[in-house]
Amino acid sequence: MTGDLLLQAAVSGFLLGGVYGLVAGGLSLIFGVLRIINFAHGAVMMLAMYATYWLFTLLGVDPYLSILITGPAFFAFGMLVQRIVIEPNRFAAEHNQLLLTLGLALFLENLALVLWQGDFRTVRPAYAAASFVLADALVEVPRLIACAGAVVMALALFAFLRHTDVGKAIRALSEEPEGAMLMGIDVRRIRAVAFGIGAACVAVAGALVAPFFYVAPDVGESFNIVAFVVVVLGGMGNFVGALAGGFIVGLAESLGATLLPGSLKQLVVFALFVLVLLFRPAGLFGGGHGR
Amino acid sequence: MAADGGAGLVLALLVVVPPFLPPYFLEILISMMLFGYLGAAWNILGGYAGQFSFGHAAYFGIGAYTSTLLFLRLGITPWLGMVAGGALAAAFGLFAGYLSFRYGLRGPYFSLVTLAFAEMLRVVAVNSKAVGASLGLVIPTRTPAPGDFVFAGKLPYYYVILAMAVGAVWITRRLETSKLGYSLRAIRENEDAAEAAGVDALGMKLRAMALSSFLTALGGTFYAQYFAYIDPTITFGPAVSIQGMLQAIVGGAGTALGPLLGSFVLTPISELSRAAIRGRAGVDVMLYGLVLMLVISFLPHGLMGALPRRPRRPQP
Repeated sequence: MTGDLLLQAAVSGFLLGGVYGLVAGGLSLIFGVLRIINFAHGAVMMLAMYATYWLFTLLGVDPYLSILITGPAFFAFGMLVQRIVIEPNRFAAEHNQLLLTLGLALFLENLALVLWQGDFRTVRPAYAAASFVLADALVEVPRLIACAGAVVMALALFAFLRHTDVGKAIRALSEEPEGAMLMGIDVRRIRAVAFGIGAACVAVAGALVAPFFYVAPDVGESFNIVAFVVVVLGGMGNFVGALAGGFIVGLAESLGATLLPGSLKQLVVFALFVLVLLFRPAGLFGGGHGR
Repeated sequence: MAADGGAGLVLALLVVVPPFLPPYFLEILISMMLFGYLGAAWNILGGYAGQFSFGHAAYFGIGAYTSTLLFLRLGITPWLGMVAGGALAAAFGLFAGYLSFRYGLRGPYFSLVTLAFAEMLRVVAVNSKAVGASLGLVIPTRTPAPGDFVFAGKLPYYYVILAMAVGAVWITRRLETSKLGYSLRAIRENEDAAEAAGVDALGMKLRAMALSSFLTALGGTFYAQYFAYIDPTITFGPAVSIQGMLQAIVGGAGTALGPLLGSFVLTPISELSRAAIRGRAGVDVMLYGLVLMLVISFLPHGLMGALPRRPRRPQP
């Protein structure tokens, strides 16, 4: 095992980690406001990747440009799903809400399988193979753009949560739901907005990874699992923690892939997950709602 | 009780009618019983103790692999291998359960950690040449030998899984009126209150875990013998975990007959949709997802909860 290989893995993993952070940030935001672990988060990302794919294949829309369409579209889609599926069950038992999102995930994933079969599809614009060498490591341009884009999106969201009225209402609701209601915040609307933002996060993430990833009905599953790990690592409901956790998991996963044979790399992610759940259920950075 | 009378009648039909059914219907009945059985096994931990495992595939897979490996490598009959698999699964369940419960994982956190354990076993199985890696294991000898759990035709398999399903319901019924059963329900309703009232929550949850994982593993051995082929995705994949859980939730978690009722409704839906829309994989699971959302939204206590309520017999 040479140092070059490890360096290469670290660079690729770190860059993908930014995207993990954005996906997990959306999951964390939804958890903070709605108090549910959204099992359908990855499935929504998968749908967004198909949207990116079809926009690119049928209309020739650049994947990055398509964010301008898929971002708002999935924000609306998320709000709609929350209104129709989640909101009517907001007083249901915790495990029933979890099962609700699991049912949604099964439905969306298999809907994609029925509509578009299980074939692996790819989005490959002209710049998909572009890369440059930086300090002995090959940096793939699409991965770099994905990471930068995800971080920019995450920071923009962070600023939004800090400085806008809606953002403040979201934070108020995740910190003190009853108090927020008493202060006259329209909690019904804020819950839908939070779910919409979560969906928009994965729509952006899906478009950002499209030029170097594949699109298939189950592509969201791996992102979903990783997002769970990241969110638990970063602290449930902790948005900044999610971004930091994303980089940690991205690094751990790709270093594991280099050091371990076969598909054992997945073991790294799961082992990390179990260890964090057992020993740091409130996350490495606290601020969460473990247990 | 009327429900018991109805259940008795259904059981009589399930014993008498199948020899006259064509093989296709027998196949559906076997799936129905297997999924109902897995639901009943999951139900002990999920329905009665309220600990929603998303990773029962771990125990199913341990059962399937243990009996198959013992048979293929050492020639030990799967009937014994079944028990060995059950014991191993119970041991793993106790290990996973002790870790999770000891560190206070509740609700969704418990669900996630069980999912992670099952996925870890799947990844290990995919990467282990000794257990056939991703290609899985084939049980080659198919000359009927009842002593080796190999039968001619499907009918004997049907009666085996029928007996297992009836046994699981019987165990659940016994559980309902036992100290363990009462403790588990107390824990499900309010764990802190149960502990304050002197219930050993950790011990009781571990017992439920051991029983539930043991029974699930027996289902894994049945699967391996019936299909004569297992691989890591089939046995350790999330689909198995969801299957068992779904029957119990749809039928009514925390009721003895709920999982079987769920399976009687879900399995035909799945088979019919698959037959109606050929060549398009995924239709059945898509409908499962839809049914799950509808049941949670409109029948949060499952189909059993929708049955007309009968006056409760006073408990002794």
